[in-house]
Amino acid sequence: MEASKVIHAIYTDDDVLMNAVKKVKTARHHIEEIYTPFPVHGLDKAMGLAPTRIAITSFLYGCVGLTVAIVMMNFIMISDWPQNIGGKPSFSYIENMPAFVPIMFELTVFFAAHLMVVTFYLRSRMWPFKKAENPDPRTTDDHFLMEIAVHGNENELTDLLKETGAVEINLIDKTH
Amino acid sequence: MYTFSSKLKSVAIGLIIIGAIGVAYGFFTSHKDFAAVEMMLASESHGDAHGETATHHDTKVSDSHATEDTHSEAAQAGAKIHGEHGPQAEVDEHTKHVNHVMHAMHNRPWSALYVAAFFFFMISLGVLAFYAVQYASQAGWSPLLLRVMEGITAYMLPGAVIVLSIALASGIIGHYNLFIWMDPDVVAHDKLIQGKSGWLDIFWFGVRGFVFIAGWWLYRHFARKFSIAQDEADDNKNFIKTFRISAAFLVFFLYTESIMSWDWIMSVDPHWFSTLFAWYVLAGMMVCGITVISMVTIYLKSKGYLPKVNDSHIHDLAKFMFGFSIFWTYLWFSQFMLIWYSNIPEEVTYFVTRFQDYQLPFLGMVVMNFVFPLLVLMNSDFKRVNWFVIMAGIIILGGHYIDIFNMIMPATVGDQWSIGIPEISSILLFAGLFIFIVFTALTKQPLEPKRNPFIKESEHFHY
Repeated sequence: MEASKVIHAIYTDDDVLMNAVKKVKTARHHIEEIYTPFPVHGLDKAMGLAPTRIAITSFLYGCVGLTVAIVMMNFIMISDWPQNIGGKPSFSYIENMPAFVPIMFELTVFFAAHLMVVTFYLRSRMWPFKKAENPDPRTTDDHFLMEIAVHGNENELTDLLKETGAVEINLIDKTH
Repeated sequence: MYTFSSKLKSVAIGLIIIGAIGVAYGFFTSHKDFAAVEMMLASESHGDAHGETATHHDTKVSDSHATEDTHSEAAQAGAKIHGEHGPQAEVDEHTKHVNHVMHAMHNRPWSALYVAAFFFFMISLGVLAFYAVQYASQAGWSPLLLRVMEGITAYMLPGAVIVLSIALASGIIGHYNLFIWMDPDVVAHDKLIQGKSGWLDIFWFGVRGFVFIAGWWLYRHFARKFSIAQDEADDNKNFIKTFRISAAFLVFFLYTESIMSWDWIMSVDPHWFSTLFAWYVLAGMMVCGITVISMVTIYLKSKGYLPKVNDSHIHDLAKFMFGFSIFWTYLWFSQFMLIWYSNIPEEVTYFVTRFQDYQLPFLGMVVMNFVFPLLVLMNSDFKRVNWFVIMAGIIILGGHYIDIFNMIMPATVGDQWSIGIPEISSILLFAGLFIFIVFTALTKQPLEPKRNPFIKESEHFHY
């Protein structure tokens, strides 16, 4: 893997950061990453990030959960051992369905919620004992850090970032 | 300022006229006498209806006595005129059946009128409650829509008076076509209703209805007055006053709405009771109210009267439509499932009659009020598409009309129901009246409140 250079511009205010992002975008530089201590409303839009599709996955997981509930209870209560329990009609699934609805609902929610969270962890590469990818510990407290790739335009970039109100600009060798 | 377009006005007046003609037709054609009903039943029984009636009778015999439609008591009372219980049991049975069907047919135009009147009244009462919630919660997104809501609540007073008048008229000038507990002859032979007669009394029914209407109207009157005064004021005193009366109104509303739904709806089945019935009615009321708010808002916006209302406002309203649709389903299912599961004869008859005679409306309503909004309004992009919200709104309103239909009709007309001229004309009549009153009220004041403390936030509302 080749070693490349990145610039870390550090800001102390989210409004300044937002303006800086807009300026850097209009100057057509590629922002690699931004580290913030808290969610900054509208940052993803300013950076031009694609909207998340996690809600769609959640809907599909919910459909899976509903199917699991229906197939499971149809097998257990109707096909495998259709007992008479307190006079409930176990002749067909639909006849006894109201009794199954609470379970159908809960399993739908269970699958939708848990599988979506697992998807989120996988997509954002988070797990226990993972090495934190934090370039500067201050970004978890009160600083904002913008990382921009350098392609021989170091001085031009530094000037631009200074103009945007960065309090600190560092050139960093990054090994991939 | 909004001007009531002459086109919409003539549509409203046209609906009222067509509806009124249809309603009158319904009343004139429903008065079939005993012989005519007997003829009709005789000609029916030659067809495949014969098997149906046979099974119908079987279930009535096999289930407990309470399975009998509450109106069979009325039929019994009527049957007494034709012959006492005695040796000629078969003739008596036949007379009872014909009488029962005849009463159901006489009840149909009354019930059709009552269902439609209640449906449109409930929309404006739901909007009034939602309006009070906006003030009490100091919502920042909605002030731009407050005048729209005030316009819709203008129908509350006439709507409520009409519903109460129909209810009282059915007992005073009608033949107890809606509430059989109003019939002294029925009560005399019914131990269960006798036990409830301390509550189910036509005089106190009227008094309670009057108190509810007066309370709701007082809140509406003062909230509107302060809201208009706030436009010209130089402090927020009027807003604070509305905040206070809104909080007080919400307490009053929850009690009166509960009692209103026992009185005006649940008591059509005086043998039946359900504890969460009032919330169930409330949930339907809120869905319809919010749906109508978004439809009127989208209409006014499309005409250019609400330039500051943006997609996010529509999105929020659509979220409320979605949320309250699911809340309605939750209550509908809770009520149904608890009764189905325990299967106590005195409670379950309510759903037995609905399953036997109203299968399509009863189950179709769940599709329209739950499955459809669930799938259509789940996507957050769709909630911003105006025509999508309108389409979803039409289905939701249709579904909730059928919901009210399912509450009233099985108790009054039983298996003689249909959605024909009396029902559709009643809908047209009240739809026309609703449009006329609401849009007239909208012309009275500017559509944007000027000095609401949250108006700036509302203008910049963005989700």
